[in-house]
Amino acid sequence: MLQYLSKRLLQMIPLLLGITIITFAVIRLAPGEPTDLQTQLNPKVTVEAWERLRAYYGLDKPLYRQYLDWLWRLLRLDFGRSFSQDNRKVIDKIAERLPITIGLNVLSMLLIISIAIPIGVLSATHQYSFFDKFTTVFVFIGFAIPTFWLALLLMILFGVNLGWLPISGLKSLDYESLSFLGMMTDRAKHLILPVFVAAFGGLAGFSRYTRSNMLEVIRQDYIMTAKAKGLSENRVVYKHALRNALLPVITILGLSVPSLIGGSVIFETIFAIPGMGQLFFHSVMSRDYPVIMGILVLGAVLTLLGNLLADICYGVVDPRIRLEGRKG
Amino acid sequence: MDKIPKMKITILSAFLTLLLLMLGSCDSCQERKETVKEPALEEPGEPAYGDTIVVGSIGDASNLLPPLASDSASFDIIGLVYNGIVKYDKDLKIVGDLAESWDISPDGLEIIFHLRKGVKWHDGVEFTAEDVMFGYRKIIDPNTPTAYASSFEEVKEAEILDKYTFKVTYKEPFAPGLASWGNLVVLPQHLLEGEDITKSPLTRSPVGTGPYRFVEWKTGEKIVLEYNPDYFEGRPHIDRYLYRFIPEQATMFLELKAERIDEMGLTPLQYRRQTNSPDFLQKFNKYRYLSFGYTYLGYNLLEPKFQDIRVRHAISSAINKQDIVDGVLLGLGRVATGPFKPDTIWYNPEVKRYPYDPEKARALLEEAGWVDTDGDGILDKEGEPFSFTIITNQGNEQRKKSAEIIQRNLKEIGIEVKIHIIEWAAFINDFIDKKNFEAVILGWSLDPDPDQYDIWHSRKTKFKEFNFISYKNPEVDDLLVKARHTMDPEERRKYYFRFQEILAEEQPYTFLYVAESLPAIHSRFKGIEPAPAGIGYNFIEWYVPKHLQKYTK
Amino acid sequence: MIKQREKSIFWSRLSRNKLALIGGVIVIILFLIALFAPWLSPYDSGKIDVTRILEPPSREHPLGTDELGRDVLSRMIWGSRISLAVGFVAVGILSIIGVLLGSLAGYYGGWIDSVIMRFVDIMLCFPTYFLILAVIAFVSPSIWAIMIVIGVFGWMGVARLIRAEILSLKEREFILAARSQGARDLRIIFRHILPNALSPVLVSAILGVAAAILTESALSFLGIGVQPPTPSWGNMLTAGKDNIDIAWWLSLYPGLAILITVLGYNLLGEGIRDALDPRLRD
Repeated sequence: MLQYLSKRLLQMIPLLLGITIITFAVIRLAPGEPTDLQTQLNPKVTVEAWERLRAYYGLDKPLYRQYLDWLWRLLRLDFGRSFSQDNRKVIDKIAERLPITIGLNVLSMLLIISIAIPIGVLSATHQYSFFDKFTTVFVFIGFAIPTFWLALLLMILFGVNLGWLPISGLKSLDYESLSFLGMMTDRAKHLILPVFVAAFGGLAGFSRYTRSNMLEVIRQDYIMTAKAKGLSENRVVYKHALRNALLPVITILGLSVPSLIGGSVIFETIFAIPGMGQLFFHSVMSRDYPVIMGILVLGAVLTLLGNLLADICYGVVDPRIRLEGRKG
Repeated sequence: MDKIPKMKITILSAFLTLLLLMLGSCDSCQERKETVKEPALEEPGEPAYGDTIVVGSIGDASNLLPPLASDSASFDIIGLVYNGIVKYDKDLKIVGDLAESWDISPDGLEIIFHLRKGVKWHDGVEFTAEDVMFGYRKIIDPNTPTAYASSFEEVKEAEILDKYTFKVTYKEPFAPGLASWGNLVVLPQHLLEGEDITKSPLTRSPVGTGPYRFVEWKTGEKIVLEYNPDYFEGRPHIDRYLYRFIPEQATMFLELKAERIDEMGLTPLQYRRQTNSPDFLQKFNKYRYLSFGYTYLGYNLLEPKFQDIRVRHAISSAINKQDIVDGVLLGLGRVATGPFKPDTIWYNPEVKRYPYDPEKARALLEEAGWVDTDGDGILDKEGEPFSFTIITNQGNEQRKKSAEIIQRNLKEIGIEVKIHIIEWAAFINDFIDKKNFEAVILGWSLDPDPDQYDIWHSRKTKFKEFNFISYKNPEVDDLLVKARHTMDPEERRKYYFRFQEILAEEQPYTFLYVAESLPAIHSRFKGIEPAPAGIGYNFIEWYVPKHLQKYTK
Repeated sequence: MIKQREKSIFWSRLSRNKLALIGGVIVIILFLIALFAPWLSPYDSGKIDVTRILEPPSREHPLGTDELGRDVLSRMIWGSRISLAVGFVAVGILSIIGVLLGSLAGYYGGWIDSVIMRFVDIMLCFPTYFLILAVIAFVSPSIWAIMIVIGVFGWMGVARLIRAEILSLKEREFILAARSQGARDLRIIFRHILPNALSPVLVSAILGVAAAILTESALSFLGIGVQPPTPSWGNMLTAGKDNIDIAWWLSLYPGLAILITVLGYNLLGEGIRDALDPRLRD
């Protein structure tokens, strides 16, 4: 296991390098320059001062030098300072928002799994039934409905008309004065809509994937054999088939990290949640290059870790993989 | 208001909004005649202390150290935490803030400020002339990345006469001088001395002398201020000021309707169509007043086709400006005729106007040689069709809609218009600064002082300067210089009247509209008295009667 | 070289799947609407009338008018063209890149395969949506920029699919035969391998069109989608959201249009996938 892990970690190094190269390329090849934001504010900035700023950020050096300098700083976990007027460290700006985004995504992921997998399994075992068709349409509606529209409709219904749930934000204004239980309820109430909206869109992928895996496994010989041996249908399905059908789902879990993070831009904006998606969008619109690059690199690294975690889980559950790891 | 962080709109006009912003919140510059308060149920109640006001903002603040800030969210906070030396009162007269009084020498070159005694910074240290000097030095320091240095560069010398007396001497009489000593230049020296102010903790947790003390700033979420019990003008009535960031206009409006925020700026559609139910009007008061700024269509005068004055006249006549005011602003604003706010003393009502007249426009274009020779519906001249692109910044609904109406208007007289909407940073850098555009829809915020040297003088056409349409008129140059060095308001006014006549005649911009500010405020807040300066000038006197208070800790 | 028998199995399985058929019908209807937009649209979709803004549906304007007094029905009809164009061009681009890189990797193997597949792995690590957002904002949004960027950052799945197909086909007899007869690589790839590997790409392309339409609407929400006055369902929905409580028709129709279209493509795509999948044969 340890060997497998260290091998996997070694394999990550070229990927990490590639991630930094692509991040750098995407940002630096786009038109415009990082010093823009600071100079544009200031009618008094002369062309000489502008040149000075360029030199300060190393923009007068050849591209490969800029890249190497940036990489060297990254290696020391120095993401630089934001170009925006607050001039804060990029790492601080990301750190205060990352937990919110990750927390929300973990919650919606849990919700997705707990709904999508039963749906997938049941619609496989009852293929072409009404339930199968109904859930197919249901999960696809979740995928197909524009997130922000759904969010807005739910906010109007539950927030304004019924008044059951708060509309936006993460906690009430009087949060600090609440009892512990009150705080928890308050938090939970605020999370219901965003988590639901984020999860609804992700149901389709997982439930369909589970369904087709399950269909395939059910048809395999050993399940047929088990059935033939007279084991009860339920027992076969839920004991033998399910386990094998769910294994690949773990991998998909790891792979879906980036799309979940990506989607957070929309629901964080509409629900006024101060997470990383909002920060990223704001940075893009103001060309805050250090923050943009920081989030891209960090987002990609998170995905890598997510994949690694998924593979490890897979390895734990499925002995075949462990062997492979040792051999290779 | 607009759909995007206000920051984006204000950055370019930061220089012009400077004085306005320095002297308090954005509301400090409105007009009495236009101020209409929609009726709401008035409940009597004695002024009382307590409660919290929750203000919704579409953008987060960025930097709370006055010289470094440039977005309106930051200035909303700065206006409550810091004081200036002078400020505008409700009638837009300059009055003392941290200054008790001042003397101006007869030649207009020297100003001596007599400062209030015994004013304390929020950390208890006394405020003195040293703090003013420190702030002044920081703002003219070339290493300070501030947008507000230019009017302080007219100062020849600044001196501390004693602990409470501060003297400035100008190189030559400078009319906007007095007003420039607002809240950008008073900084707590004892907290900033010897530090790189761009990295100071005060950029995120300000310490001022103002009516409210800073409590906390949760990035992307909220800023909380609490009343300053020792404020020199008396304790503010409302205990807490909570500034909430909601990046999405639709969400913010829902929060308002659910009474989870107490104040926000409405869009014209919200004002006209979405806030008239008895229920809403019972919960909220709506206000409207003309804002200090205008929106225009500017032509790049380096483009040969726009150099022909007949073409500019034709386009001005072909654009149905009333349609824009009716359709985009829903009547909540008025057609602009020049670069000053109507109903200020600087505004010249007698200038040439260009009412909607497509026939006249066609005739003018024909005279200028633009005819549709190939019958494709688009005018052409020497084989080149009359087609141009209007650029505007991303995120401003009103400008976007105006562009669509203009596009339609010009199509009717045979001019093809393309619209290109560009994200702000690229808009400024790749298009405006490099003069890489044909026509642009943009707005200027104005301040009560009429100086517009930076926008119209022909020396201001260089890289990154504000006369990016490259307008050159020797008489205008002369008028602008004379006006800013004249202390007598009557004489200044004459110069600016002539200046407006020339602009109206030459149409380097087609002036489009002046919009109204449309705040809605929860009806439990009393003591709001609309004035030429808007509503924010007497914020410390707003109160909630005891029995109506909502947030009681 | 799908045999005739396989084809008929495919069609019979597809036609048994009612949801897929519904999806197919939706897709066809949309095509027809987009194709005949000039004839179907009752008004000039750009005709502004500020005296008639936000009018509810009526006989004159069956779907009401928008915030500049334009006819919503006409804009919906023209918007179908834009939305479909965004979907198809973006998917065209990503399919071409994906097929090209995927077949190179699968056919040649070795270091070419390693390099391309590591590149795929790297690209898959990024939140694609973030990359799209950054680039669109930097190059400024035009309908072409949107299509190209969605395409350029979305090809990885296709590349993986094609590579896997090719790996399994490569060793099949008819390929080996072609090779032994001295056919050139390119010819083998284009004549013999790709036609057999394309069916999974077809499925992913159909699903991709749906995803691209959604991406455009999300970009529109952030203000960097298809720009006015060109109507797309995404920017119409966005414009409608601010007036959702007084002019529900402004957001309802484009919202439903996106929902139904994406649903249609997904049902069709899934149906085809099931019908093609040899593992799911009864």
